Amino acid sequence: MRKSSIFSRKVLAVPYAVFLLLFVVVPLVLIIVYAFTDSDGGFTINNFTSFFSEAHNINTLLISVLIGFLNTFICLLIGYPVAMLLAKKELGFGKATVLLFVMPMWINFVLRTAATRDLLFNIGLNGGEHPYIATMIGMVYNYLPFVILPLYTTMTKLDKSLLEASYDLGANKVQTFVRTLLPMTMPGIISASTMVFMPTMSSFVISDVMGERKISLIGNSIQLYFDQGLWHMGSLVALIMLVLMSVTAFFDDSGEENARGGLW
Amino acid sequence: MTENSIIELKNVSKHYDSTNVVDNFNLKIKKGEFVTFLGPSGCGKTTTLRMIAGFELPDEGQILLNGEDISYLPPYKRPVNTVFQKYALFPHLDVYDNIAFGLKLKKVSDGDKMRRLTTDEIDEKVRNALKIVDLEEYEWRNISTLSGGQQQRIAIARAIVNEPEILLLDEPLGALDLKMRKDMQLELKEMHKKLGITFIYVTHDQEEALTLSDTVVVMKDGMIQQIGSPEEIYNEPENAFVANFIGESNIYSGTIAGEKKVRFINHVFDCVDEFPKNEKVDVVIRPEDVRLKKDDDESLVKGKIVSKIFKGIHYEYILMVGRNEIVVVDTKDREVGKTYGLQIKPDGIHIMKKELHTNTYTDAYIDKNNKVVISDAAFDCDITKLVKGSRLEEDGTVTGPDGTSYDFTDADVIAEIGLTDIEILDYVEDATVSGTIVSIIYKGDHYQLTIRTEQDEDFVLDTEYTYDENDVVGLKVKAKDISLKLKGEAKKYAKK
Repeated sequence: MRKSSIFSRKVLAVPYAVFLLLFVVVPLVLIIVYAFTDSDGGFTINNFTSFFSEAHNINTLLISVLIGFLNTFICLLIGYPVAMLLAKKELGFGKATVLLFVMPMWINFVLRTAATRDLLFNIGLNGGEHPYIATMIGMVYNYLPFVILPLYTTMTKLDKSLLEASYDLGANKVQTFVRTLLPMTMPGIISASTMVFMPTMSSFVISDVMGERKISLIGNSIQLYFDQGLWHMGSLVALIMLVLMSVTAFFDDSGEENARGGLW
Repeated sequence: MTENSIIELKNVSKHYDSTNVVDNFNLKIKKGEFVTFLGPSGCGKTTTLRMIAGFELPDEGQILLNGEDISYLPPYKRPVNTVFQKYALFPHLDVYDNIAFGLKLKKVSDGDKMRRLTTDEIDEKVRNALKIVDLEEYEWRNISTLSGGQQQRIAIARAIVNEPEILLLDEPLGALDLKMRKDMQLELKEMHKKLGITFIYVTHDQEEALTLSDTVVVMKDGMIQQIGSPEEIYNEPENAFVANFIGESNIYSGTIAGEKKVRFINHVFDCVDEFPKNEKVDVVIRPEDVRLKKDDDESLVKGKIVSKIFKGIHYEYILMVGRNEIVVVDTKDREVGKTYGLQIKPDGIHIMKKELHTNTYTDAYIDKNNKVVISDAAFDCDITKLVKGSRLEEDGTVTGPDGTSYDFTDADVIAEIGLTDIEILDYVEDATVSGTIVSIIYKGDHYQLTIRTEQDEDFVLDTEYTYDENDVVGLKVKAKDISLKLKGEAKKYAKK
């Protein structure tokens, strides 16, 4: 059987390998090449130095990281208890309830964000006057499902007797949360964080729409550079993002591989 | 009494929805005793244990520990520790931290102050616990790298390191293979002797219960069937369920034939128990209590070997005595087809009061079609039985002998159905009610089945045919075989 087949199983990987090469590897190489070349094609680190010598660029970077952290933190703060409630079998929330929390993701992203802005405007929160608050609300609203889902998966997989064991050994509710539930759901927390932190920094639609273009994140500056035809600068910022991304991915990997409950 | 009993359960009951998981449980456990709750799954043994641990709260009754009511105390305030069925070791902690988990939370009195244990104290206790379970080198190992047996030992170490007054074990050996289980049984018994603390053990394995315990509590449907030493449970089972559950048994329906005489399998035997004459009884005979003798002795009942199985140290034979089967174990190799005389010594015959003659349903009622509703199913019945000498009119009312007219719609009645009056059907479609077979007791020439409906009502019936547990079957009863009794006076239903 094995000998007579013309295709080996490896052949099945060819379409994806081609795709990977064309749309992942080549663009990646292009980004790196563009980031370290000037418009004449010669090697330079000028893009790099000019980016970091401008205060507003560093500002953008810091604000992006800050908003990224803040969004991750708020999403976890809201999402963790929600996931806990959803995962409690006694309360009888089915998969349908979970779907209810995830459903906003099904509505067109731009439309949804614009609607949020108008809604806030109607209740007296003008995005132009309070760009940071409006942007944060938009961010949290958009990324909350990405926190709830992996945490919910982790928690439903959790053996309930582990919490009972904790009570049994003398831990009260707070001690059980800190010493048992929190560390055991850490894979879910890390998974959720990586899914919120990086996309927050690189998104530009939310900050544009919600903050009426008064806030510039890394995502905004990449978009701006490419719009203006400054490909080399745009590539450099994209590269910086890429480096940041791999750092968070490293944190994600440091969690236990088999225990992590993520979306992937 | 409370002086020497460490824990006492008083009238403890627990219901889920409308079913009684634990029903009026009464038990006193002495300090240092090894007590086992034994029963089939769903008998309430684990729920009882969980109430002692504090994971479940009793709906009724009290749990007293050293005379103090702990019924509603949260688990972390109880001086008991649990070894869980699937160990429940913390995957994010290594062996050392798993065992130290309870110690790090513990506060001890130091003079008049309370303080936490020092690192050295914890260290010493953890090492000591590891020594007891024989895993001294394993402190820094990751939980996931341990085998099932090792995880089991760590779970035990994690519980006993806290020096609980009572150690609760919830089927702790269930996940281990046979050989390992046997070894662990011996070790647990050793450990119990060494530590001197009270063990409460839950299992469905009768052999395990007999091997380990000082006292066995046999449970079924949330109720205690028998409390006794392993010897008492085995040799003097109080009812057919216990006899059937503890070891292989022959169970027959018998009748008391005279003073210390009992008749079953068409023969009168001498026995040691005294019962009133003509009383219907269940007779239990252990396979090892039957001796096979030459068939020339006229006084012995004769049986013919129909099957033979080699079991290692002995043979297991099935003999036919008339229409009854009897299982006998014997070390001698005998031929199938041969006839032997059966000798059963009086003390090998265990006689128990018969549990059940009829099925009684106290919450039945009559529906508008004059059918009796039992367990949400409407059975045809003869409604004129409710009033003596009455007759049924075309409009569904009943006219009594004195001319009074009765309308029994919605009348509450007590319905009784004999064990042999229930017809069992393989096709659920043709049946009045259907259910799952939850227990089968073989009684020599017939089986006694308990069929549980979705509404959790039990129908007990005798049948000659073989079925398997968990089979879904249909039930039907002839109208004449259901006897009815009104709750309250008939005149309540008289039409004016």
